[in-house]
Amino acid sequence: MRIPILKLHDYLLISIQTEIDDNTAIQFQEDLLDKIHQTGSTGVVIDLTSVEIIDSFIAKVLGDVVTMSDLMGAKVVLTGIQPAVAVTLIDLGVHLKDVPTALDLEQGLIKLHQELGE
Amino acid sequence: MSMNPKSCVEIKQEWDIVKARQLGRERAREIGFGTVDQARLATAISELARNIYLYADRGKICFEITDEMDRKGLCVFSLDTGPGIQNISRVMEDGYSTSGGLGAGLPGVKRLVDQFDIQSEEGEGTEIRVMKWLR
Repeated sequence: MRIPILKLHDYLLISIQTEIDDNTAIQFQEDLLDKIHQTGSTGVVIDLTSVEIIDSFIAKVLGDVVTMSDLMGAKVVLTGIQPAVAVTLIDLGVHLKDVPTALDLEQGLIKLHQELGE
Repeated sequence: MSMNPKSCVEIKQEWDIVKARQLGRERAREIGFGTVDQARLATAISELARNIYLYADRGKICFEITDEMDRKGLCVFSLDTGPGIQNISRVMEDGYSTSGGLGAGLPGVKRLVDQFDIQSEEGEGTEIRVMKWLR
């Protein structure tokens, strides 16, 4: 299973619609870095509106992909984290510090514009 | 007290982690848990199943719906025949994880549920029982 990555001008958009298992998460990490490399994208929005569960492994993969993309010169914003997922992450002890987030896709794109000074 | 027969998911491969948490979420929904508690249970199950997959090679996650006169709840068992845990009090400390930062570990699971019991014997395996009551 592969998570589709869409290109929109200088940005990459990802909407995760499926239940993510560990392999899918790792594959996505590699695919996104490859895509940033290929396209020279400067911003990425990962929308998690349809994601019902983020456990510590998926949280680590997401946190890592933000840092990795940053190393390559692309800013990542996570959007649409569900209330139940936010509560669960804090209970788990996962704080995703330094990870830019926004309420929804629209706010995420605005945040990217601001961060990239466009 | 009436108990439903146990249903179990064997944890042999990585995808079984997803199967276990999906079944757990279904059970939680059937009992009447809200979305936040469904997510808590599914996440706790995911962590327990991953521990089996990473450390014990094989084991199972079982569910039991508890329906008593005055309260209902879901009990989740994590059973494995892995190497066992040498020092239980140590793995229950926040920030301690033997897999080098993978997983928030058992203290995280404990915070997601109402009751948490663990028994482990070196060379025999580990049995963890967690319980969440419907509020």
